[in-house]
Amino acid sequence: MNISMLLDMAAEGFGDRVVIGRTDGGLSARRLSELSDGGARVVHGRGADAIVYLAVNGPALPVALFAAARAGVPLVPVNYRLGDEQLDVLLANHPRALGIADPEHGEALRRAGLPVLSPAEWLAEAADHTGLPADDVPAQPDSPAVLIYTSGTTSTPKGVVLRHHNLVSYVLGTVEFAAADPDEAALVSVPPYHIAAVSNVLTNLYAGRRALTLDQFTPEGWLGLVREQRITNAMVVPTMLARVMDTDAVDRSVPSLRALAYGGARMPVRVIEAALRAWPHVDFVNAYGLTETSSTITVLGPQEHRTAVASDDPAVRARLGSAGLPVPGIELEVRDVTGEAVAPGETGQIWVRGEQVSGEYAGQGSAVDERGFFHTRDRGRVDADGYLHIEGRVDDTIIRGAENIAPAEIEDVLLRHPDVLDAVVVGVPDEEWGQRIEAVVVTRDGAEVDGTALRAAVRDTLRGSKTPDHITSWPELPRTATGKLVRRDIVAALTSERTKP
Amino acid sequence: MRPRVGQMLASTVDTTAVIVVRCPDGELEITCGGAAMTEGNGPGSATTGAPHPDLMGGSLLGKRYADEDLGVELLCTKPGPGTIAVNGVPLPVKSAKPLPASD
Repeated sequence: MNISMLLDMAAEGFGDRVVIGRTDGGLSARRLSELSDGGARVVHGRGADAIVYLAVNGPALPVALFAAARAGVPLVPVNYRLGDEQLDVLLANHPRALGIADPEHGEALRRAGLPVLSPAEWLAEAADHTGLPADDVPAQPDSPAVLIYTSGTTSTPKGVVLRHHNLVSYVLGTVEFAAADPDEAALVSVPPYHIAAVSNVLTNLYAGRRALTLDQFTPEGWLGLVREQRITNAMVVPTMLARVMDTDAVDRSVPSLRALAYGGARMPVRVIEAALRAWPHVDFVNAYGLTETSSTITVLGPQEHRTAVASDDPAVRARLGSAGLPVPGIELEVRDVTGEAVAPGETGQIWVRGEQVSGEYAGQGSAVDERGFFHTRDRGRVDADGYLHIEGRVDDTIIRGAENIAPAEIEDVLLRHPDVLDAVVVGVPDEEWGQRIEAVVVTRDGAEVDGTALRAAVRDTLRGSKTPDHITSWPELPRTATGKLVRRDIVAALTSERTKP
Repeated sequence: MRPRVGQMLASTVDTTAVIVVRCPDGELEITCGGAAMTEGNGPGSATTGAPHPDLMGGSLLGKRYADEDLGVELLCTKPGPGTIAVNGVPLPVKSAKPLPASD
């Protein structure tokens, strides 16, 4: 089993269909297959044992993904926003790789002693090596297809190994072959080092859906491209949708859009409600997953969004904030700290099992337990109807006195305030409590927010011990390009603020 | 044979190839055109016989062939004229209920 098989099927089933890029000048499934063969020969010719990809998303990425698969080596997409020091550490793990980098990032690869091609040079070299007798070495089912480094927002980046059988199982479990209408087009706005960029290449291709990428997200750029290329499906992280909804004086019409998937971080209810109101014709899909699980493991579907937003029943309405139900092939357990499964409705830690779950880190081996379950390190609960509600990372839990407090529920209350655009709650070291609760909010157009009133709102909804001891207002919160909060930077800034003379 | 999830099977009488998506833990007789399918990514070299003329229902690329009672699901990765069967019973096409695109 090899992801290359998915490309073979696409080339045979709808070879002439443009599957990558713009309608004019995009790559057909057959051309993608030819270029991937050519690229595999380039990899072999250079004796490379991996492809390191340090460039923005574009047609070079799918060609690199499948060329690597056909050459039997992994693709390693690396975050081009990392600092030199971090990049050098990661690249030292891949001394015999072939590098593909945008000109401004080539220096890091050269420092690591890797040969470097620009995305255009890579595509040209692959094209030069097409039409030759096949000499590809099909990767074995158990070999790594992709190695993605985690974002490192809660610990040092780890290389997640996704094997061919993980990715193929994910695609076969969640997508129907050639199910997309010929006019469907997907817009992918996440960078190549995000698992969704990789899974989007596979699932869109297998469905027969043309995929385009946007390498620099702006609300205007995204909206313009959706209209111009008649995008029918799009995937965004919550901060992107928030920016689209919060930008004033912009044409938000998206007549071609049929479905919008979001994931990667928590979606503020305010934002998804605004989007449902603005685009009643669009099917919204909340996808929850991790790099370690080959992308999506639970889905909240379009009808569930509509039912939730229209309901007066608080339990049904709360589903708008849920991650939905497990996809086929995924088993999910919520366990307490001793490893016992908790009752429905009770909060615990989320464990998952399935063919698509890798749970394997480069150099560290598998992190699954003896029953094959992987610890997501996310807290959550499953409600009476089976819907999963995520309550943040286990590592983000604040321990105030002897009480464990999840920032997520406090953040949710803060985000309900009409002038609060973004909010974070963290534990700051405290001599008396161990950690005290502090919140930082971003307000609409710099509106003054009354900290006392906000704290009262939290106290009324939750309780005294969950009320932030202090609320600060910042112009923006530190987030990664994929929308994840960098909490340790927030804690560091708040700690140094307090210790200033 | 004892099939396993993820295994590729090739016909020995035509171009058909499938991947095992779901299977029970046990012995199954998986055939195409009346002849046992074998592990591998066919077609071509493995083709050794002719399909049975009464078992020429054919399979379609990307379709799932499944028996819910047996808990078997095979996905066609290369189509061919032979009928895919398990334990002597032709497998019907499983009607697809696609999930909403989630990424």
